[in-house]
Amino acid sequence: MTDLPASSAGSANSAGEQADGASARPMQERLVWLADHFKREWQIYVMLAPMIIWFLLFLYKPMYGLQIAFKDYSIFRGIVESPWVGLEHFETLFNNSQFLRAVKNTVIISALSLIFGFPVPIFLALMFNEILHALYRRTCQTIVYLPHFISTVIIAGIVITAFSPSAGIVNTIIGWIGIEPVYFLIKPEWFRPIFIGSGIWQEAGFSSIIFLAAIAGVNPSLYESAVVDGASRWQMMWKITIPSIMPTIIIMLIIRIGNLMEVGFELIILLYQPATYQTADVINTFIYRQGLQSGQYDLAAAAGLFNAVVAFVLVMAANSVSKRVSRTSLW
Amino acid sequence: MQNMNLYSRGDRLFVRVNMVLIGLFTLSTLYPFIYIAAVSFSSGFAARAGLVVLSPVEVTLAAYGRVLSEPQFWNSYGNTFIYTIGGTLTSLVIIIPGAYALSRPQLLGRRFWNLMVAFTMWFHAGMIPFWLNIRDLGLLDSYFGIIIAFACNAFNIILLRNFFESIPSSFEEAARMDGANEFQVLWKVFVPLSKPAIATITLFCVVSRWNGFFWAMVLLNDEGKIPLQVYLRQTIATLSDDEEFSSTLIDAPYSVETVTAAIIVCSIIPVLCFYPFAQKYFNKGILLGGVKE
Repeated sequence: MTDLPASSAGSANSAGEQADGASARPMQERLVWLADHFKREWQIYVMLAPMIIWFLLFLYKPMYGLQIAFKDYSIFRGIVESPWVGLEHFETLFNNSQFLRAVKNTVIISALSLIFGFPVPIFLALMFNEILHALYRRTCQTIVYLPHFISTVIIAGIVITAFSPSAGIVNTIIGWIGIEPVYFLIKPEWFRPIFIGSGIWQEAGFSSIIFLAAIAGVNPSLYESAVVDGASRWQMMWKITIPSIMPTIIIMLIIRIGNLMEVGFELIILLYQPATYQTADVINTFIYRQGLQSGQYDLAAAAGLFNAVVAFVLVMAANSVSKRVSRTSLW
Repeated sequence: MQNMNLYSRGDRLFVRVNMVLIGLFTLSTLYPFIYIAAVSFSSGFAARAGLVVLSPVEVTLAAYGRVLSEPQFWNSYGNTFIYTIGGTLTSLVIIIPGAYALSRPQLLGRRFWNLMVAFTMWFHAGMIPFWLNIRDLGLLDSYFGIIIAFACNAFNIILLRNFFESIPSSFEEAARMDGANEFQVLWKVFVPLSKPAIATITLFCVVSRWNGFFWAMVLLNDEGKIPLQVYLRQTIATLSDDEEFSSTLIDAPYSVETVTAAIIVCSIIPVLCFYPFAQKYFNKGILLGGVKE
């Protein structure tokens, strides 16, 4: 908007009048204007510089380094000197059953987390909204928000302890009803339920905040007139609250779908074992093992690039859909 | 408004059922913490045999004794404080002026700089190029590396920039009249007015630093530099893998489970202390975060 008002004015003036010096003068004016601008406003550039340098050094430089996905990377030659191999790594990946399994698991785990995890915070928000006892409500909220602030390692520690075959509380409880102890964490069929369940336990409470905020924004006069009409609280929830927060629900859903490739792989690294790889190994854990543990940097970088590109496309699609949705349904 | 419509029997039933369900959900959130605390105070034998359900069995502090006598535990605890405090301060020092600059209308190429920051939310190079970059910068195994490499993130910058942009320009005019430069305007006008947003960012930084483990695990080999979360992970892994250790524990007053639980309790305590202060801000923070791109 405010970019170069002086120079654009200058070029408009000079354009018609002097055909000869037309390109030289605006250029000069522009430089004078720029010099003047930097003299006056140098301080904001000093403020901006550290952040921009940080972004270049820590986020954009690795993007340049992504070229190793197309190279036969050797540590001794470095990123630039290593020879190009074209799409070889991608061919290897798409013929690699472990990688294909990781892609499949990523999508399945994400989709299951979405199906089982997404509705919970909405229910919680609706229910919190119906609690009139302020202290009770606040106490419950404080407790259900807490796990969000607990580290993944602790979550994993709790899961490992609780599901331990000899000592864990889960086996103790199923022992009461006469079921033999199960070593849950080495059973592939139990990995996803445990992972998704602990995700819900950790995040459902905290995620309800956004829906509670949406509920708080509902026009109170809607409820007032419903009360006059003799509506019950149940009816008001279904006829007023839920339709009113629908835009928020839809936008959150779209965002979640956009982040489909983002699986909480840190928790997976902490919980999975070779015995459960078949259901637990996702793209990022595959990259971690191939790249950082086995040193196949180029292949792992190719897997990472594939992941990032798919994620980027999904996020962009989600963004444009959510823009359309929020324009049409939020007024 | 909502109190008056509690008349009908159906409504009262609805509200009560609702309170019970929320109560159950709350208890199931709370239970794992209670269970872990109970295990940490129980004897190794009771924990092994799965006797602990709700309260400690054969109360003992043996597990804590073992954890707290480990010098590496204290060392990693100290490291976590270094990373949390150093990392958060570094973030603020870079993000606050940066976000302010991005919010200034006179900044040349403002759209470009903003896009450059926002783009990193949508696309990232991934784990391997990031790691190679840190290695090439010579920042493996260094305190400074951990602190600087995670100093910024686009979300926090955009959150703060939006907050700065929402401050009416009338606030800064008086300071400008007095001849204040940009640094003074930022420090004396914008920072005091943006306390909620800055507190929110500080909270996000502190939480992610305190809990961060993956990159610390990957970037640090030196045992002396690892933070608490990496130590906790190592302990859990070695304790549960080590058959020999497990068998020596038959006579010990603690077990793998009680030691793990004790470390978990020790690392949760600071979070619990910080939590009440944080709570004030995270409601706001989520909502600030909800504002457009």
